[in-house]
Amino acid sequence: MWKLLKIELFKIFKRPRTYIAFGAIAAIVFLFQIALWFDGKTYIELILSNIDASFDFSDQFKTRLLNGYFVCFAVLNILLIQMPLLVALVAGDVIAGEANMGTLRLSLTKPIGRTQYMLGKFFASSIYTVSLLLFLAVLALFGSILLFGTNDLVVFRSTSIHQMSRDDIFWRYIAAFGYAAVALTTVASLAFLLSVFADNSIGPIIATMSIVIVFTILSEMNIPLYDRTIKPYLFTTHMVAWKGFFYVRSDEEGATIKGSIENLPAILKSLSVLIIYVFLFVGSAIWIFRKKDILS
Amino acid sequence: MSFRPMFVVFKRWRYGNYSFVILLSLFYWVNVKAQTAEEVVQKIKTKLDKINDYEAEGKMKTNVAFIKAPVATVKVFYKKPDKILILNESGISFIPRGAVNINISNVFVNMHAFDIIDGGRDNTGLRIIKLLPKDDTADIVLSTLYIDESSMLVKRSKTTTKENGTYELEMQYAKFLQYGLPDKIIFSFNTKDYKLPKGITLDYDDGSEKNADKVKNKKGTVEINYKNYIINKGIDNKIFNR
Repeated sequence: MWKLLKIELFKIFKRPRTYIAFGAIAAIVFLFQIALWFDGKTYIELILSNIDASFDFSDQFKTRLLNGYFVCFAVLNILLIQMPLLVALVAGDVIAGEANMGTLRLSLTKPIGRTQYMLGKFFASSIYTVSLLLFLAVLALFGSILLFGTNDLVVFRSTSIHQMSRDDIFWRYIAAFGYAAVALTTVASLAFLLSVFADNSIGPIIATMSIVIVFTILSEMNIPLYDRTIKPYLFTTHMVAWKGFFYVRSDEEGATIKGSIENLPAILKSLSVLIIYVFLFVGSAIWIFRKKDILS
Repeated sequence: MSFRPMFVVFKRWRYGNYSFVILLSLFYWVNVKAQTAEEVVQKIKTKLDKINDYEAEGKMKTNVAFIKAPVATVKVFYKKPDKILILNESGISFIPRGAVNINISNVFVNMHAFDIIDGGRDNTGLRIIKLLPKDDTADIVLSTLYIDESSMLVKRSKTTTKENGTYELEMQYAKFLQYGLPDKIIFSFNTKDYKLPKGITLDYDDGSEKNADKVKNKKGTVEINYKNYIINKGIDNKIFNR
């Protein structure tokens, strides 16, 4: 299995296409950081405009608010919606790409089972996904800390504001990145499943992108009919639960409780939903592939 | 009528008269000695005028319905006549508009601009003095002070403004009583609605924001517990330009 995994990883990281995602992430993060470095005050003022009638915000407040943790949160807010598309670029290609090149049948002549073969491909896609996320973590978190320094993190939700002291943030990012790894693996497993049906990688990549886009739009819509019926079952609804690590509890007087998470059971529930989806997608892919007549 | 009962009646009448005379005298003395509102205000102003500046360290707790913030260590700088700064030295603190009113000296800066009205006493015995601006265009509509006359300390104040609603300040005195500086203040202010579109925040719905309507148009408070004051040691004006 380990040898198979190494071969699959070699194949993935040998392709130039793999590095498009790393390049895109680096470009987005740098562009965002540069924009905030030069005009972060305007961005902060835009966010604060909703409450500046009640509070007095000095320049020092704005400078401190725009710290590395805040910038990283803003980057993740944007990028973790786009990243599934980058994950699909590789995961959608793992089986369909082989079929397209005509190497799938050849690969299966080797003395390995189809399940093992599929698991090797899936784990390789997952490692690619995690490495992409680690790359994002280094650039967005450590890069932003290097550029903007650290301070308390203020998270602006639609009806509340959560502030965490600077020594209560780093572990939240580790937890959030860990969660995001599972969320992106769900997308990778969907692309992996769709890849089984196609002989050309374009199809599964575009199909994955389309599903993610449609589901994300449905997840973000506030229509009561969808809220109760469709939304709880969409994996995209649960993919944003990494933010839950940045929602804190407070005592009766409104003071943040250090180390608290507002609704940990909700996050764990979302995590379970994603894990179920991963098993469902990968299990289905293996089951279909085992029964499939390989002609290419 | 025998002699004895007549003596008792006379004695009672005489003592009754004495009591009446004593009560009358007390009443007269109290009325003559009662301080006018202007005198009370002047005495407090004189007391507070002894403080040219101070630097105070304390713990600040922000209690606003839609904000969850940690307790912060803050420094409060004051310089005559009306400069004040609440500074969180290392972190971030949400400072309400009108926080300049956390220092009661500010009320006494332009006393000539106000009409002083005696409001009697409240049910706890505190003297109520109302300050009504002479200028119709002033932002402050009315300031009400609740004063403990025995110690000449302002225990509570309420300031109604045209633009920013009503501010209330409650002060508790202990260690710094002789300077007229509070150990603890609770500053209440009006907050406006807070709402950002979900399309911007892309919130994760963990079911905790269902009761969002309850946080609308509530009063917020800022509580500062002062640990120490450094009084009249001089403060550079630059510190207020932040």
